[in-house]
This record gives sequence, structure tokens and C-alpha cells, in this order.
Amino acid sequence: MSLLNVENLKMHFPVRGGILMRALKTCKAVDGVSISVSQGETLGLVGESGCGKTTLGKAIVRLYQPTDGKLQFEGQDITHSSQRALRPIRRDIQMIFQDPAESLNPRLTVRDILEEPFLVQKQGTTAERRQWVGELLDKVGLASTAADRFPFEFSGGQRQRIGIARAIALKPKLIVCDEPVSALDVSVQSQVLNLMLDLQREMGLSYLFIAHGLSVVKHMSDRVAVMYLGKIVELAPSEELYHNPRHAYTKALLDAIPVPDPSKRRARRLLSGDVPSPIDPPKGCAFGHRMKHPKWEQSVGMELKLEEISPGHWVQKCPCCVD
Amino acid sequence: MSAPENILEVKDLVTVFDTDAGRVTAVDGVRFEVKRGKTLGLVGESGCGKSVTAFSINRLLPQPHGKIAGGSISFEGRNLAELSVEELRKFRGREISMIFQEPMTALNPVQTVGKQLAEAILLHQKSSSREILQRSIELLTKVRIPSPEVRLQEYPHQLSGGMRQRVMIAMALVHKPKLLIADEPTTALDVTVQAQILDLINSLQTEMGMSVLLITHDLGVIAETCDEVVVMYAGRVVERAPVAEIFSSPRHAYTQGLLQSIPKIESVPKSRLKAIPGSVPPIETLLPGCRFAERSGRPHLPEHLNQRPPFIEISPQHWVEQCPVCVA
Ligand SMILES: Nc1ncnc2c1ncn2[C@@H]1O[C@H](COP(=O)(O)OP(=O)(O)OP(=O)(O)O)[C@@H](O)[C@H]1O
Ligand SMILES: Nc1ncnc2c1ncn2[C@@H]1O[C@H](COP(=O)(O)OP(=O)(O)OP(=O)(O)O)[C@@H](O)[C@H]1O
Ligand code: SF4
Ligand SMILES: [Mg+2]
Ligand SMILES: [Mg+2]
Repeated sequence: MSLLNVENLKMHFPVRGGILMRALKTCKAVDGVSISVSQGETLGLVGESGCGKTTLGKAIVRLYQPTDGKLQFEGQDITHSSQRALRPIRRDIQMIFQDPAESLNPRLTVRDILEEPFLVQKQGTTAERRQWVGELLDKVGLASTAADRFPFEFSGGQRQRIGIARAIALKPKLIVCDEPVSALDVSVQSQVLNLMLDLQREMGLSYLFIAHGLSVVKHMSDRVAVMYLGKIVELAPSEELYHNPRHAYTKALLDAIPVPDPSKRRARRLLSGDVPSPIDPPKGCAFGHRMKHPKWEQSVGMELKLEEISPGHWVQKCPCCVD
Repeated sequence: MSAPENILEVKDLVTVFDTDAGRVTAVDGVRFEVKRGKTLGLVGESGCGKSVTAFSINRLLPQPHGKIAGGSISFEGRNLAELSVEELRKFRGREISMIFQEPMTALNPVQTVGKQLAEAILLHQKSSSREILQRSIELLTKVRIPSPEVRLQEYPHQLSGGMRQRVMIAMALVHKPKLLIADEPTTALDVTVQAQILDLINSLQTEMGMSVLLITHDLGVIAETCDEVVVMYAGRVVERAPVAEIFSSPRHAYTQGLLQSIPKIESVPKSRLKAIPGSVPPIETLLPGCRFAERSGRPHLPEHLNQRPPFIEISPQHWVEQCPVCVA
């Protein structure tokens, strides 16, 4: 059984306007996503800026009340659970935020930041909590003297480690990692990624790993889901997805990765235009107007669904692109 | 006496900041040249002095505490340090243009895109409002912004991140500069928008013969776009070579570590990545000798730490800071 099960999840935001600030339209940031994560597994989530990755992550940790669909954690339906009912579950599901600077309160010392989860869960004595903070810092490779300093006194990579330490404090089962390394340079990035792999092995953690860097996602994930305009268009085991991409959008994304090898410079086939707006999503295949496939209009009016085309390889099968 | 094939020559540049805690040297004797029509990549760990080098060239150091304390920067044979404020104004945008790390620092949030483009155009060129409109549309089209007429009416916050970046690039290119300094132009962008922007810079370069100084921490971007690469570490250049050579035969231990840290698309999922242990030493504690010693994992003698290693050309076009331990 999977640890996390997400079924047809939708997260729509009202778009307000006019003098009365009435909801005029809806922004369909996440629009019918189904994914699952097993124990000890890493599911990667990739997609262009604005496609709904962060929104999906926040809905999963229930920072948002999903508009529709179902969220199950260890078999328990948590879609509509109250904040109180969620408290024990918050221990098991944590999130590492896109911007460490934003998610760490600058007025608190590292010790305060790391003690907070224990206080919320009413765990331990003062002495015990002190010891736990020391252990956490050690685990993420920071000196114990870091406890009495403030977040701004650290470099980006060190701040990201503080965020990780906070996320693992309560020994969670699942961590939603939102772009945990995008802001870091390669050498710091690989330190943080190794740390995450070690923690997974040691603690049997599961990750939902969100990123726009495809080589990083491939490196970290067992399976990868590709998101486009609020929907998953392809999902497959990492190696399979990278060697045998089937959806036109996945192919375009893979094609855009710069390769760190000057002898393999190639003329890239470029995707043009931006992700269409989730407020007025195009009818039919939302990728159609960008790829200008001669037959994309055939997809207008069709319901595009994920289909399993080989074991574990799911793709949104549309009339013109998936052969 | 600068070589005519070089548009920019930076010689032994030293840039310092006077802070509350005393003087810190952010750039410590950096030298490189940008060749005409070519792209030079500048890489190195966060905080190693890449942006400060760019600001020094463009004379945009924060005043009064940032200043150039040594060396020279010459552009087409002219010493930039000697330009008057008036000359500098004429210089910027037309001779050298800069794309900043953060688009929002260069764009005015309370002015429309059209207004800002108009200002950039008028800076060096008298034009009627019809000419301005025409030219603005042409520029936005060039940076591949769809429906440019609509976008001109909009404010920066109404554009997506990738579009803002492209507006800034359009502004930097208004007057067809001879040298473009691009500081992390694509780091905040996802791969698809990144590819569009790099492709655009590339095609403008071919079209207008522009030279580019590209600062980035993405080695994939370096591999795909640069002719030559300068690797900085803790305020200094540790290695410099043509792009193919940097990737095929890096000589300095830091460059080697950097290249090994890249997660490769063909690597085994969930295997441990090679990482350089530790972090860059704090700027106040830098030693005169080899600054990578502590992280290299190779034992250094006191003499290696106390004496600056010479910067030598070990093979044609390939320069390295020759610490005898780090360059084995
Ligand atoms: N709280 C909110 N209210 C209204 N709209 C929102 C809200 N949060 C996100 N959106 C919209 O939902 C869409 C998806 O945003 P989201 O932040 O999930 O994208 P993302 O995939 O994480 O992008 P990035 O890679 O840039 O972080 C965007 O159009 C955004 O404007
Ligand atoms: N205004 C300033 N006052 C004092 N020190 C400064 C100032 N600006 C930069 N520095 C210092 O100069 C050094 C080099 O900074 P710089 O911004 O050039 O780094 P960078 O290589 O561009 O890094 P990044 O990749 O993070 O952009 C850093 O140690 C920084 O702390
Ligand atoms: S359905 Fe047609 S338009 Fe859409 S991605 Fe496939 S080929 Fe392209
Ligand atoms: Mg996001
Ligand atoms: Mg910088």
C-alpha cells in the first residue's frame, strides 16, 4: 500500500476583480492530479514555472483545503480533516520550502526554530529538547555552536540545512521538498542532495521532490511525474522517462536541458511562448498552441486521460503526439 | 598596449569594501580578457566575487564603501577608471550593457514596460513617439515576447518571471552594445525559458558581433554557450582555458571538484554525488597562499599557504594558479 495517495486532486483559486472584489474567474492551479508515493520512495515532480508544483505540494501538506479530489495518508482520508485532527499527521508529513530565507523566522535563533516542532507536539523536557537540537544539527552537518546564531548569519546552503533539520525533527514519514537546491551552486547543491539521500536510507523517508532542474530530479527520484498546466501529462520510472519519453512536452523539457559537455553542444529545439494561463486554459491539449502540431485541434473537446502504456509508464494519450 | 582582438582587458583587478569590521578584499588580483565577438564564462562558488568583478567593470560599485584598489580595466584600449561621469553616461548602454542577477532590481515596478523602454531608447537617441513605439515593439518581438503592443501597457508584476527577464534583456540591447555583461541571466528560470534566452543572446551575438561576459554557476550553460572559461575561487582566478579544455582536462583541484559535483543526466539514480567538502572560508580569514587548501583534502605545507602561487600558462591558452599541491 502506498504511504500517500492523491486522487484527482483539484486546487482552484478564485480570481477577484471589479469594485466589489467578486470572484470573477477561477485559477485552476492544480486540476485533477493523481499520484502516489510509497514508503522509502522518491517521486520527482517537474514542470515549468507556474504549472502548479508548489500549489500541489501545499495542498498535500494541507496548508490548503483542496477544492476537490481525495488525499489519503497511510490509508486514512485526510482531505477534509480539521486542523485538530491533522495535528498527529503533521508530525508525519513535513515540507521544505522553496526559499529557505522566507521560511525561517529571522528573529528566532536556530535553536528556537528547531525546538518549535517539539513544542507544538508537546514533546520532551527542556533538557531533552536541547539534546535533540544538538543531534539534529549534527545530522545535517552543522556545528552545535550554530544553535545560538540567527539564520542570516549562514550561507544559502547552510540555511537550507537548517530547513532540512527542522523538517526531519519529528522523524516524519514523508517530506514534500519544494525546489530544495535550485538556489544553490553545484558544490553546495551536491552536499545537500547527498544529505537527503543519507537521511532517506537511515530513516526510511519518502520524498515528493519538486524541482525545475531535470538532472537533479532524475538523480534523486525513483519515479518522475511531469506536470503541465495543473495536470500530470506523463509519469514513469526515472530511467524510463529519460530514455523513453513519450509525451511531446516531456520531450521538449528534456531537450532544453543544457548538457555540461561542450563536445555535445547541439542545436536545441526550443519551446516557444510561456505556459498558458491557468485562468483561461486552452481547450483540448494545453500544449497544442505551443508546439503547433498540425493535428492538435483534434484534441479539442476530447477528454485527455493518463493511460498506462507499459508497466509503470503512464502518459496522457492524445490523438496527435503519442504514437 | 592592448591586443586589438581583445575588447576588454582586466589586469590584476583588486576591489575592496570598507565595512564596519574593517576592509575586505572581495576581488584579489583578477585578470582575464574578453575577445571580440566571443563569449567568456565566469564561474565559481557563491560569494567568490563574480558580481563584484562585473560591477567593477561597469563602475557600479556601491558608493562610497566599494572601490577599486588596484589593477586596470581597459575597454578597446581605454582605461575605464579614467572616464568622467559624463563620459560614463555615454558609455553605458552603448559600449557596455549589463543584465542584472535580479530583473526586479533593474525594472521600475511603478512604470509600464513601454515607459521604461522609451527611457532607455531616449538615453542615446532622439526619437518621436511614433519611432519609440515602433522600436519598442521591434525590441520586444526580438526577445520573443508575444503580443508586444499589449505588454507595453503592462507593469512588471503583470509579467511572468521569464518575460521580465526578457524585457530587461531587451533594454540592455537597445543600443546594440559592443559588450554585454550578463550576471546569472537564467538561474531563476526553468530550463525551457532558460534555453530561449540563451538562444536569443547567441543569435544577437552572431547578428551584431557582440562580445559577452557570462556569469553563471550552471556549468551546463557554460558548456553550451562559452568559448572560454574563467574559474574563480575566493576572489581569485584559479584557472582559465578554452571551454573544451576546461571540461576535458581541468588542472586545478577546485575546477576538478566543481566538474565532479554536477549531477549528470546519465548518472545512476540515488547514487551519492561527488561533493567538495566544507565551504569557502570567510572573506576576512583568507590567506595569502592557496585558498583552496583546506577543502582540497590534500596536505599543504606552510609555504603553500603563505605565498601566493604564480598564475602561469601551462599549455597554450590554458592558465592556472599553480599551487604545487592543487595542480598535481
Ligand atoms: N494563493 C494563490 N492565490 C491565487 N493564485 C495562486 C495562488 N498560489 C498560486 N497561484 C497561481 O497558481 C498557479 C501555479 O502556481 P505555483 O506556485 O503552484 O507554480 P509552480 O509550479 O510552483 O511554479 P514555480 O516553478 O515558479 O515555483 C500560478 O498561476 C499562480 O499564479
Ligand atoms: N556591499 C558590500 N559590502 C561588503 N562586502 C560585500 C559587498 N558586496 C559584496 N561583498 C562581498 O564580496 C564577496 C563577493 O561577492 P559577489 O557578490 O561578487 O559574489 P558572487 O560570486 O557574485 O556570488 P553569487 O554567486 O552568490 O552571486 C562576498 O564575500 C560578499 O560578501
Ligand atoms: S495532443 Fe497534439 S498538440 Fe497536444 S502535445 Fe500531443 S501532439 Fe502536441
Ligand atoms: Mg513553486
Ligand atoms: Mg553574484
